[in-house]
Amino acid sequence: MIAEFPPGLLMIGGAVLVPFLKGNLRSAYTLVLPLLGILQLMTFEPGTFGAMTSFGFEQTHVRIDKLSLLFGYIFYIAAVLGALFAWHNDDPLESSTALVYVGAAIGATFAGDLITLFFYWELAAIAAVFLIWAARTDRSFRAGFRCLLIYMVSGVLLLSGAAMYANATGSVAFNNIGLDSPGGILILLAFGIKCAFPLLHNWLQDGYPEASVTGTVFLSAFTTKLAVYALARGFAGTEVLIWIGVAMTAFPIFYAVIENDLRRVLAYSLNNQLGFMVAGIGIGSTLAINGAVSHAFAHIIYKALLFMTMGAVLFRTGTAKGSELGGLYKTMPWTTGFCIVGGASISGFPLFSGFVTKSMILTAAAEEGYLVPFLVLLFASAGVFHHSGIKIPFFAFFAHDSGKRPKEAPFNMLLAMGLAAFLCIAIGVYPQPLYALLPFPVDYLPYTTTHVITMLQLLVFSGLAFATLQRTGLYPPELRSTVLDFDFSYRWLAPRAAGWLMAVAENAGMTVTSKFLLLLRGLIDRIFQTHGPQGILARTWPTGSMVLWAAALLALSLLFYYQ
Amino acid sequence: MSETPSNGHGAKKTGEKRYWLDDMRNVHKLFWVLVALCALLFLSDAFYEKHVVFGFEHWFGFFGLFGFFVSFALVLTARELRKILMRDEDYYDR
Repeated sequence: MIAEFPPGLLMIGGAVLVPFLKGNLRSAYTLVLPLLGILQLMTFEPGTFGAMTSFGFEQTHVRIDKLSLLFGYIFYIAAVLGALFAWHNDDPLESSTALVYVGAAIGATFAGDLITLFFYWELAAIAAVFLIWAARTDRSFRAGFRCLLIYMVSGVLLLSGAAMYANATGSVAFNNIGLDSPGGILILLAFGIKCAFPLLHNWLQDGYPEASVTGTVFLSAFTTKLAVYALARGFAGTEVLIWIGVAMTAFPIFYAVIENDLRRVLAYSLNNQLGFMVAGIGIGSTLAINGAVSHAFAHIIYKALLFMTMGAVLFRTGTAKGSELGGLYKTMPWTTGFCIVGGASISGFPLFSGFVTKSMILTAAAEEGYLVPFLVLLFASAGVFHHSGIKIPFFAFFAHDSGKRPKEAPFNMLLAMGLAAFLCIAIGVYPQPLYALLPFPVDYLPYTTTHVITMLQLLVFSGLAFATLQRTGLYPPELRSTVLDFDFSYRWLAPRAAGWLMAVAENAGMTVTSKFLLLLRGLIDRIFQTHGPQGILARTWPTGSMVLWAAALLALSLLFYYQ
Repeated sequence: MSETPSNGHGAKKTGEKRYWLDDMRNVHKLFWVLVALCALLFLSDAFYEKHVVFGFEHWFGFFGLFGFFVSFALVLTARELRKILMRDEDYYDR
């Protein structure tokens, strides 16, 4: 019976058939599976099923409530968009891995306990790494490996935290955990790694831009938003998340301004958008949580859309570097238009999806009196328009004419981008269906005069700043470069420090070894002296001296015993 | 004059259609349209009642000026950061 079947397993089990299918049949299959998944979710009523006992703990394989359903729907929608975008793709490895990845994220979303969550959490991590590897380049292999190591740390932290939590509370149920619970900090860190918290974030900017044109579209939707879901479930109202979130919105935008690889710019802006969600979860009011999860919903679509447009550019021109692009609007007008819709949505222009979701988080921050977070979120809102709303479309499609005249994106890509763009506008114009899916009743009006005018002021003036900087030549040009981020510590510093330490140790080892050898030689010489052919202890002693020694010993013992 | 495509994905042809944006005068026009739009949005603060929380949000044109100056500062700071953070493209591959 389809209703009682764990939703993630539909995709994971379905992936087994992918290698046996070919061409359009395979593409259609990867599209139909998530559509079936959406139909299944529509039959779900709030509740739980799949209860079992293992390791002495009560587990709940599937827990259905408004929060898990919302993420279930959006994950399936992202899978539909991704499958459509990848229709032309003739890579069974990538197609099947993508299905497992989607399934694992959905399984984790519906997991009612920490053990089930851990199982799907790890499966999603492994699938994500294979999805990066599916690009089959040397760079993707190395970046995927770095991701794998970091994901494993997240898994170990989650398992350790869950074990401590279970040991102390006697339950593995995955509800609100909080920082004060035993193991709470470990679990928060495990989620934080996947959510790209500051200093734990670099796997995202490192790995995602190295995946294939189509792989990145899948990747952009699941891992980080699964972490957002997990934070919303386990750590709503944890105040430290406000500050973490605020830091996440602010620092990536500086990188986004100077980064040249436009898919990496998008990875930085993804990080910045996660910051809004994390801050909302930290604020913890019903408005803030509604804002955070609805923003995750809208974000998955517009971020996938932006990655699709840059993917299409990469597909047609062979590069996604700002320094190599420009003027593509002439031959890729549809892709240009869709990119602008994605940019307007992420920036939160009225009538686009980001506006109706992000403004909830900003309003919640103000209503709860968080002055500094509010100002930083406002700064980040202007900043995100700057790098995602303007920089991405400007440098790819306008700016200086690169002379490239690529063909428009293939029809299936245009269809996927068109559908995503339609959803971005639909949510922005008519947010009520999304609001109805939110975990708490919505008592919020996005389209008030104040909201619309203040947001337009912020964005249009930010655009004016960009135009002014361009006209005055102050805007930093796109340059072929690598920008150092925290991954410098483990990609450059740590290997060199380790090399240096090894050299020192080797040197010290040489000294110790040579000293030891000298000592050993001395000892051998000494033994040779005493036991060698000429050695005193090696002589054949006469029987007389033996008798003498025996007599001396007997005399000694007599002396001792007589006392 | 003909440009060779670096990767064979099609290149600019001589005598091809000139687009509206190819004329720099039109780009200038667009800039001034943007300036006018900003002016309109700035002045619109006089015509409605702002429902906001913090005192400074009531300042005339606060959101516009804030947006302009933080964006300006963002780009100039990022430009300076480049001096510290920018390396060759193959930095990690060497």
